Amino acid sequence: MTPAGARATGAAAGSGTAGPSAAPSRAGGPPAAGPRTGGPRAGRPGRRRVRGGVPPLLLLPALAGLAFLVLPLVALLLRAPWRGMPDLLAGAAVWQALQLSLLCATAATGVSLVIGVPLAWLLARVEFPGRRLLRALVTLPLVLPPVVGGVALLMALGRNGVVGQWLDAWFGITLPFTTAGVVVAETFVAMPFLVISVEGTLRAADPRYEEAAQTLGASRFTAFRRVTLPLIAPGVAAGAVLAWARALGEFGATITFAGNFPGTTQTMPLAVYLALQNDPEAAITLSLVLLAVSVAVLAGLRDRWMRST
Amino acid sequence: MTGTAGGARATAGPSVGAGEETAGGPGETGAAEGGLDARLVAERGTFRLDVALRAAPGEVVALLGPNGSGKTTALRALAGLLPLTGGHLRLDGEDLERRPPESRPVGVVFQDYLLFPHLTAVDNVAFGPRCRGTAKARARAEARAWLDRMGLADHAGKKPRGLSGGQAQRVALARALATRPRLLLLDEPLAALDARTRLDVRARLRHHLAGFEAVAVLVTHEPLDAMVLADRVVVVEDGRVVQEGSPADVARRPRTDYVARLVGLNLYRGEARGHTVRVDGGPVIATADDLTGPAFVAFPPGAVTLHGDRPTGSGARDARRCAVAGLESHGDLVRVDLTGELPLVSDLTTVAAAELDLRPGATVWAVVDAARARAYRA
Repeated sequence: MTPAGARATGAAAGSGTAGPSAAPSRAGGPPAAGPRTGGPRAGRPGRRRVRGGVPPLLLLPALAGLAFLVLPLVALLLRAPWRGMPDLLAGAAVWQALQLSLLCATAATGVSLVIGVPLAWLLARVEFPGRRLLRALVTLPLVLPPVVGGVALLMALGRNGVVGQWLDAWFGITLPFTTAGVVVAETFVAMPFLVISVEGTLRAADPRYEEAAQTLGASRFTAFRRVTLPLIAPGVAAGAVLAWARALGEFGATITFAGNFPGTTQTMPLAVYLALQNDPEAAITLSLVLLAVSVAVLAGLRDRWMRST
Repeated sequence: MTGTAGGARATAGPSVGAGEETAGGPGETGAAEGGLDARLVAERGTFRLDVALRAAPGEVVALLGPNGSGKTTALRALAGLLPLTGGHLRLDGEDLERRPPESRPVGVVFQDYLLFPHLTAVDNVAFGPRCRGTAKARARAEARAWLDRMGLADHAGKKPRGLSGGQAQRVALARALATRPRLLLLDEPLAALDARTRLDVRARLRHHLAGFEAVAVLVTHEPLDAMVLADRVVVVEDGRVVQEGSPADVARRPRTDYVARLVGLNLYRGEARGHTVRVDGGPVIATADDLTGPAFVAFPPGAVTLHGDRPTGSGARDARRCAVAGLESHGDLVRVDLTGELPLVSDLTTVAAAELDLRPGATVWAVVDAARARAYRA
């Protein structure tokens, strides 16, 4: 049945490039789809086998792009010193850097949640003049080179910074070149991811639930805490994971604002960069650890949150 | 529960009757003591809402109007979700207009219920009491009692997505009632239901509203809901009250084309002289009522009979030449839209329609039964 149909359409397409309407009317049914999607080139027999009809001008760059993204990761795996890895991983320096990275990224995510979610709520739910400008400012760190962010943080919170001098004089708090400074730098870079994600979720959520809560006697804060927050929890979680991943990989702002002291401010990315200069094998190993963490995060995101958002 | 006691009643005095000019009729309910006394003025862009509302405790008032007439805006203003730009709002003698929604003794049943999807039915109902300071265990016990009263005891643990439309509606009603409001607002309470459920839910809602001791205001564009559920109907068009009265009165004596269409009557405005009314356009309609001066004439489509040829005999004098504009089937009746000197709507049996060979464009002769045409003052 199908081969006969296909042959019939083949004949139609082959003989009658002149009449496009002839093929469907004569053959009918599913087999006609082949020549029809083939379009003007329906006459060439080989074309008909590509069901989706992907033009090579799109397919080749697409494959090149895919290779470009995947190849470095494959190379990393190929060149990894698998044999010496246990020893390298057992080294105190790696653990120190990894611990510090995880701790700081988690702390930065926590800070981002505490101040970023309310900021997202403000941007999404409250009408005030200059809101668009404010949103642009909030997203600026997304596109700002992180090193610039680090310099800006030094100007603001450095020992002689606009705010930093007072922090130092009044409270004796010094942020630059401390572990807290790492958290500050990572928060600065990572929080916009959270704010954007949460604000988007808030905009998609029906604000009338908050109104319903208000008519039931809830203050706006209670309505936010007991109704809105549970409703946008998936968006908050996704934003938090994005922010965490961004914080984990933070390099530029961290090294500028917090420096590179093993044990206190040397996070994994800094350790990788440093190791690459004296001990490439260690750098590869550290990179693999970060890659594993990233893959784990991505897998977690996919399974839990990406589908629903 | 929020205090609505006598202390605030002292403020009731000064501006009673500020909204009189917009009220269709005199407030037959003395709102000075208890109940609702409001004049809601709100502006949104070019739209202006100016509606006076009064209701005694225990009364159910329906705001009936087409989409965009401002009835939902009025409801939001009552709930405090929309600021008033003028007028006043008093409930049981207490000024509410400056109070935020969370401290108004008002309960709202939203059109699509807005049950919190992450909470079970019982937690949805307990939400209000919890927010008003009731301890968790007690709030849940109260919520269970409310659900029990709504016949939903078996569904207390379900999330909203596990409830049918009718059940969700009852949970929403229980949730609104659980805060013991002095004013219950219902926004199109039956609109989200399919036809079959609607019948059942309407009957239940009527039962619950009848037992509600405070003021209930319900917004609807469905005349049947208003007629069945409300003690009084306030018709709102384009932000203003155009008619107000008992459901029977509004149904029998419509005062605008919108209401006439809703209740399915032919309506004309004209000048009455004895048993006839001269419609503004010129044609004269014979009526059953003796009246002089500006008047409305209303009669049901069933009072209009159609003839293929100009009738002879008694009805001949009143026969009007019309053209069929459209036909629509209504159960075993056919509703015929007629154009001519006097635009008419006529109901006739399917058999009669077939015998007359009615089709758009056909010419027919229409006779209005004077005994069923009622005239009343405009």
